[in-house]
Amino acid sequence: MKLYLSCDAVAKALGVDAVEAALLAEAARRGVTLELVRVGSRGMVWLEPLAEVEVDGIRHAHGPLTAAAVATLFDAPSGLGPTDDLPWMRGQTRLTFARCGVTDPLSLDDYRAHGGLIGLTRALAMGGNAVVTEITESGLRGRGGAGFPTGIKWKTVAGADADQKYIVCNADEGDSGTFADRMIMEGDPFTLIEGMVIAGIAVGATKGYVYIRSEYPDAIDVMQKAVTLARPAGMLGSSVLGSGIAFDMEIRVGAGAYVCGEETSLLNSLEGKRGVVRAKPPLPALEGFLGKPTVVNNVISLATIPVILERGAAFYKDFGLGRSRGTIPLQIAGNVKHGGLYEVAFGLTLGQIVDDIAGGSATGRPVKAVQVGGPLGAYFPRAMFDTPFGYEEFGAKEGLVGHAGIVVFDDTADMLKQARFAMEFCAIESCGKCTPCRIGAVRGAETIDRIARGDPAAIPLLTDLCNTMKAGSLCALGGFTPYPVMSALTHFPDDFARQKEAAE
Amino acid sequence: MKDFILPDRDFGTPAAKSKLMVTLTIDGFDVTVPEGTSIMRAAATAGISVPKLCATDSIDAFGSCRLCLVEIEGRNGTPASCTTPVAPGLKVHTQNTRLKQLRRGVMELYISDHPLDCLTCSANGDCELQDMAGAVGLRDVRYDAVDTHFKAKNTSGEANPQFIPKDDSNPYFTYDPAKCIVCSRCVRACEEVQGTFALTIEGSGFNSRVSAGMSGDTFLESDCVSCGACVAACPTATLQEKSVIDIGTPERSVITTCAYCGVGCSFKAEMRGDELVRMVPYKNGKANRGHSCVKGRFAYGYASHKDRILNPMIRENINDPWQEVSWAHAMEFTANRMRGIQEKYGRNSVGVITSSRCTNEEAYLVQKLTRAVFMNNNTDTCARVCHSPTGYGLGQTFGTSAGTQDFDSVEQTDVVIIIGANPTDGHPVFASRLKKRLRQGAKLIVIDPRRIDIIDGPHVKASHHLPLRPGTNVAVVSALAHVIVTEGLMNEDFIRTRCDWDEFQDYAEFITQPQHSPEATELLTGVPAADLRAAARLFATGGNGSIYYGLGVTEHSQGSTTVIAIANLAMLTGNIGRPGVGVNPLRGQNNVQGSCDMGSFPHELPGYRHVKNDDVRAVFEEMWGVKIDNEPGLRIPNMLDAAVEGTFKGLYCQGEDILQSDPDTKHVAAGLAAMECVIVHDLFLNETANYAHVFLPGSSFLEKDGTFTNAERRINRVRKVMAPKNGYGDWEVTQLLANAMGAGWTYTHPTQIMDEIALLTPSFAGVSYERLEVLGSIQWPCNDTAPEGTPLMHIDGFVRGKGKFIRTEYIATDEKTGPRFPLLLTTGRILSQYNVGAQTRRTANVIWHDQDLLEIHPHDAEVRGVKDGMWINLASRSGSTSLRATITDRVSPGVVYTTFHHPDTQANVITTDYSDWATNCPEYKVTAVQISPSNGPTEWQVDYNEQAANARRILPAAE
Repeated sequence: MKLYLSCDAVAKALGVDAVEAALLAEAARRGVTLELVRVGSRGMVWLEPLAEVEVDGIRHAHGPLTAAAVATLFDAPSGLGPTDDLPWMRGQTRLTFARCGVTDPLSLDDYRAHGGLIGLTRALAMGGNAVVTEITESGLRGRGGAGFPTGIKWKTVAGADADQKYIVCNADEGDSGTFADRMIMEGDPFTLIEGMVIAGIAVGATKGYVYIRSEYPDAIDVMQKAVTLARPAGMLGSSVLGSGIAFDMEIRVGAGAYVCGEETSLLNSLEGKRGVVRAKPPLPALEGFLGKPTVVNNVISLATIPVILERGAAFYKDFGLGRSRGTIPLQIAGNVKHGGLYEVAFGLTLGQIVDDIAGGSATGRPVKAVQVGGPLGAYFPRAMFDTPFGYEEFGAKEGLVGHAGIVVFDDTADMLKQARFAMEFCAIESCGKCTPCRIGAVRGAETIDRIARGDPAAIPLLTDLCNTMKAGSLCALGGFTPYPVMSALTHFPDDFARQKEAAE
Repeated sequence: MKDFILPDRDFGTPAAKSKLMVTLTIDGFDVTVPEGTSIMRAAATAGISVPKLCATDSIDAFGSCRLCLVEIEGRNGTPASCTTPVAPGLKVHTQNTRLKQLRRGVMELYISDHPLDCLTCSANGDCELQDMAGAVGLRDVRYDAVDTHFKAKNTSGEANPQFIPKDDSNPYFTYDPAKCIVCSRCVRACEEVQGTFALTIEGSGFNSRVSAGMSGDTFLESDCVSCGACVAACPTATLQEKSVIDIGTPERSVITTCAYCGVGCSFKAEMRGDELVRMVPYKNGKANRGHSCVKGRFAYGYASHKDRILNPMIRENINDPWQEVSWAHAMEFTANRMRGIQEKYGRNSVGVITSSRCTNEEAYLVQKLTRAVFMNNNTDTCARVCHSPTGYGLGQTFGTSAGTQDFDSVEQTDVVIIIGANPTDGHPVFASRLKKRLRQGAKLIVIDPRRIDIIDGPHVKASHHLPLRPGTNVAVVSALAHVIVTEGLMNEDFIRTRCDWDEFQDYAEFITQPQHSPEATELLTGVPAADLRAAARLFATGGNGSIYYGLGVTEHSQGSTTVIAIANLAMLTGNIGRPGVGVNPLRGQNNVQGSCDMGSFPHELPGYRHVKNDDVRAVFEEMWGVKIDNEPGLRIPNMLDAAVEGTFKGLYCQGEDILQSDPDTKHVAAGLAAMECVIVHDLFLNETANYAHVFLPGSSFLEKDGTFTNAERRINRVRKVMAPKNGYGDWEVTQLLANAMGAGWTYTHPTQIMDEIALLTPSFAGVSYERLEVLGSIQWPCNDTAPEGTPLMHIDGFVRGKGKFIRTEYIATDEKTGPRFPLLLTTGRILSQYNVGAQTRRTANVIWHDQDLLEIHPHDAEVRGVKDGMWINLASRSGSTSLRATITDRVSPGVVYTTFHHPDTQANVITTDYSDWATNCPEYKVTAVQISPSNGPTEWQVDYNEQAANARRILPAAE
């Protein structure tokens, strides 16, 4: 009996290791020979721990599985039916995450068998400039949140004259409700490595770093192992796949600061300095890691590179909406019925995502607001659920796509408290370099407290402060904190209309 | 700082160096600036001051305060003008409704966390935060701030954990965290300007705080070297000079020159009335470019120290107490004595020692006194004991007795050799400029017996440290040349076109001999051959190579040979005559270059022209109206020898303490004691004054006009900022003495003396106070062909014509270790103290160095039973003294090291009377010694102190 069991951190958190032990015991008891493969997550968090039984060569889903209930898997192997036929899976276009949950993350054979290294081989054949062109034509934009066209960034680095260039992968995934980076690193690490090697070939960089947040011990472990495996396989080293082109990489671990997900403070941290934001210009593309031209890309951007090279820019570009091309791995979290990772072309409306895919709130109460794009993203009320998922479309509504984290709140949420939380978060995570963020976030929380105490004069002050922070901050931390605050204030004014508590 | 005194505008960001010019429009005005200039600086050049707090033009743009935001047509958002470079055709707006609102919003945040005690604040009227609040029109702070850093207690009366009390541990400035706006200017100044990295921002977000050293350290406990760069950079009262807190803000400022080391930093002496409020490094000063060290910046208190003698004093006999007298009486007494001596013992029985701390004009007058009034050439100067071999060695090889570069040259160097110098301690401002270049990637080779700080500093590491045995400089430098020549790494083009090829052939034949190879000299020098070879290759092939050296080169029996070897090395590699290269002696004292230039040596008239030269003498004779002796006079050691022999009886010693600073103290004391009239002209009763009959009170550098010439031949103005406390500038005192002896001099201002110097000295022909006023400073030679001076020497050809290669045979010093004296003592100095300490010991600098310590390697200490801090006896063939030991592996086994800043230590009791073969420069840097545990001061020290106390008695003035 062949069985696939998730080894993703989510599954582990939900007890997959106990399930594995129970499965092995049950198989032994029944005298069944169990061929157990640990794979990444399929992204259906509500079904974790998820086990898949191969029946006639087709994987059938079982989940959420508990150690006590493993017997059902032997008694009725078809479970929830074929995994790929589950509505969650059927609705997706899995390009970046095609192998995630399917293959053994650390098996290069599996990786090759599922299309791995085709992109790299093609990249080596076409040469750096053509790769840059291909990526530019694919319309891929930075999946970390800023949405800057990846090809343009690469072109800048490729055009810079330097004795050394670097590829830095930003795996400091700190946004609330996001986990795409972690999932791909744990579930398909070679795709990230391949993406980074291709980036190196494209821009002429020979060294890469993956900066992973310390809160991701599993991802760190998998990535380190994958790098170690990739070297003897020729994916990394002095001659990538025998091409004579050198590229090697290291895994580096962050130290717990959210702001180190901002590319310039990440570079400072990577250099061993305090994780404070650098002013731009100079752009990291010209003066990045150790002052050398550096591509800083998010995990998903880099992990998407192989499939673009494998299937071509035109194929990738065909997906999407407007200037948002390709697919986006939505990460649905918060108060939802079906949470998890859902890779789909840009263009679904927020309503479709929240109501159809996520199935509404887990509590069954009406959804009040959705925060899109992490802790710095705007809160969208139901009235704006017709907004299609795209960079420009969200920008037009004073919101942002960010890293595509979607956090759902039901009608018990107090949006004033959420606004205060945004300021508090900014105050805690601020690097302290620029004044609007350093002092503004503290004053912001204090000012919201005044509003909560029924001081109406504090509302225009909060608005002024948000304007100062938005236009005056050095980076997106201070600059985007006004999004959740102002969206809460604008769309949920009732939550801010507190009565002055009677002094008597 | 607010420019309430001088037009010393802060452009916000450093100047760009590009030659490519860019034109843009700022607020409708066309502005053309070099490519790479920030919009902020471009605006400032057009006279538009964009509000700013975190930007200042001594450090790179940072972009944190967000006050300088501007709008650029066609670009999104409001970029910071400090971090945004200009681009052709940009249309920038620095002021509109949106920007005004933004700036007010930012200021409102700043002020919500700042105490409003402006009226009683020490920076009142001199605070950029105050200025900016005014500039942006902040009229109201609407926040009800709960969390602050400046309230000691919160509203409930509980202690505010965010409040950090003022740190006043540093003797010169305070750190008041309550007033800090976290602009990071101090941190960046410490990193970028000083290169010490003592400061950091601790914590993050609202808890970001400036912190010295590790958490919990005070400024004094931290690595802070008290250079003052952070204080100068601070826009508020957070880092504030204690003198400003005590006195108030200054009302005027005078640009003058530091009187400490040979870097010659320009300062603004900021005054209130005739009280000096503070010394602030002058950013247009070409030697220091706005930087300073603890001595020049803060250690000026000696000028008003209670020990300073303000009245002339005389005594019949050195065992008598001093008697205060009027200037007239003192002059009469002195003139009579000197005249009497000359009558009795002959014209040549008296002489002078000029000072390397006084001005050029003063040194000139003192040598003129001996040549034109005493009628002999018995003049010498303390350069005898420091850089006389430089004069000889560079004169022989290149044709000038001075360094080849300006300090700016270091910004273009690629490989630096430091030999026998400790710039972070001795020449700290130059060291900071060098470290900046090293952080940019230049390579460093250090040749020094000791692991000096620059070898392994923050973000600075030497590529090679060649820890040679003291006394083997010639062998090491020759071995470098051997490698370069034998491996064919020399610059043959340069040698063929610029040097004498035949002389080179001869030199090459010599230097390629196997006994000069690093392998052959390794046993002798202790320098691993492989390291030396690698260093030689690096220097020969690493781009612009420059050599900086100090007294560790010159103060040896082969000091002149080493200077020649260094010159050979520079010529071999073609590293002469352009920016970034050269041979650069680091001069010890503020005007040691100048005192040499001014004819202080017994064989040379001003401008290094030999007294035997009839034409030269004729020029002076005509001007001075006297006949000049055509025989060279006595050098200092000869004077002392002659005194002991009984033929030299009278000495006028200006601003120099030969008893403490010259070698073999006992011999110096014997010489002085044998004289009949020793005239000491100084600020303090120095050690030499213990043997003096006349004490003429000196004036400090703040009290007179004149010029100092620094190590880069730069003539800087010294300006009188207050009246002399003793009544006369030193030049006036010398004139009083000359006239008391019948000279009839009529100088009324030092400018007249400079005019005379210019008239008589070709290399100074173009120098005048008027020209200095216009140019700021002038590097000699300055004449018709170089009317604005000469930053770089030997550009198209050597001054002497063809560069001269000279063989450099290593001859070991006679001072050798043996069973009785198995260790080698070498000496040096420390950052906080200067020379014999007469000035710095009379300042709060003693907090860093209150006594001289003997550095000894753990191995040598162990076998002698010496523990850290223990009193030890230090004995040589000359004498013994005692001091405390400090155990460190900075020194190699077999080598011990001490400083010579404290007279109690009397390190020169130990040093011998060996000296340089060519110039008599004493061999301070090598003495064979033995050490042993001891109970305290030696008998000699006790006796000495008794004698000194006795000699310093002053009788109350007779009414």
